[in-house]
Amino acid sequence: MNNVPSKEEMYEAFADRHGKKLQDKLLNTTVAICGLGGLGSNIAVSLARLGVGKLILIDFDKVDITNLHRQQYKAGQVGMEKAFALKNNLLEISPYINIDSFVEKIDESNMDRLLKPADIICEAFDNPVNKAMLVNYVLENYHSKYLVAASGMAGIDSTNSIKTKKIGERFYLCGDGISEVGKAEGLFSSRVMACAAHEAHMVLRIIAGELNA
Amino acid sequence: MVKINGENLEYDGKKVIDYIKEAGFDKSKIAVELNEDILPKSEYENRILKDGDVVEVVNFVGGG
Repeated sequence: MNNVPSKEEMYEAFADRHGKKLQDKLLNTTVAICGLGGLGSNIAVSLARLGVGKLILIDFDKVDITNLHRQQYKAGQVGMEKAFALKNNLLEISPYINIDSFVEKIDESNMDRLLKPADIICEAFDNPVNKAMLVNYVLENYHSKYLVAASGMAGIDSTNSIKTKKIGERFYLCGDGISEVGKAEGLFSSRVMACAAHEAHMVLRIIAGELNA
Repeated sequence: MVKINGENLEYDGKKVIDYIKEAGFDKSKIAVELNEDILPKSEYENRILKDGDVVEVVNFVGGG
């Protein structure tokens, strides 16, 4: 890569845009992203651009050709583990962030190990049983971490119905709550990105101390 | 009255699992907050709702 700015130059540019105080908070935050599909890969890109200091990327799966219509991978990455492919893409965007990639299926046996360093956890799975499992475990077991989850972003309905709702003291839910992926309703990049943007923006707001949805 | 997902309902004296079943939720795809605290799944069958309780059932649908 030619002409890549230095770490100091990038810090100054980010601090100039976001304010030094907020940039330092972003730099000192660790966010775990559980699932690196349409939600997770787009959340990760937003957080990398914000300059979040450390990202934990977790997905057991590989990039598939059917992912390319909405997920932040390139055609040449088909077959690569998502956790590593996304790390490469994020480091091209923002070379100085710290990224830990895990090619693992998250369940109750490995959650403590994978999520322990995280200040904020993003649920970005596609399977509703896995979503519920993660949310229940995190809320029952971690009392100082924040959780941002999503439900309902399939189909071609307006993005205006996608909302962020504060459910509990440290628990936020994004989406329209109802639009389920199925045979009749696919996922479209723009609407999934809108929901991912809600999740990423709530992460930013939490880091900034703005705790309302 | 118990406030469930924003609606005041006559669930005083009933269990959380009664609402889940009657509303048609799948227990494996939800999280329940009771008075802003997570209610462990093991409590769905035990916890009896009382006047003034606030329940939020979060239903997860597929897609991500």
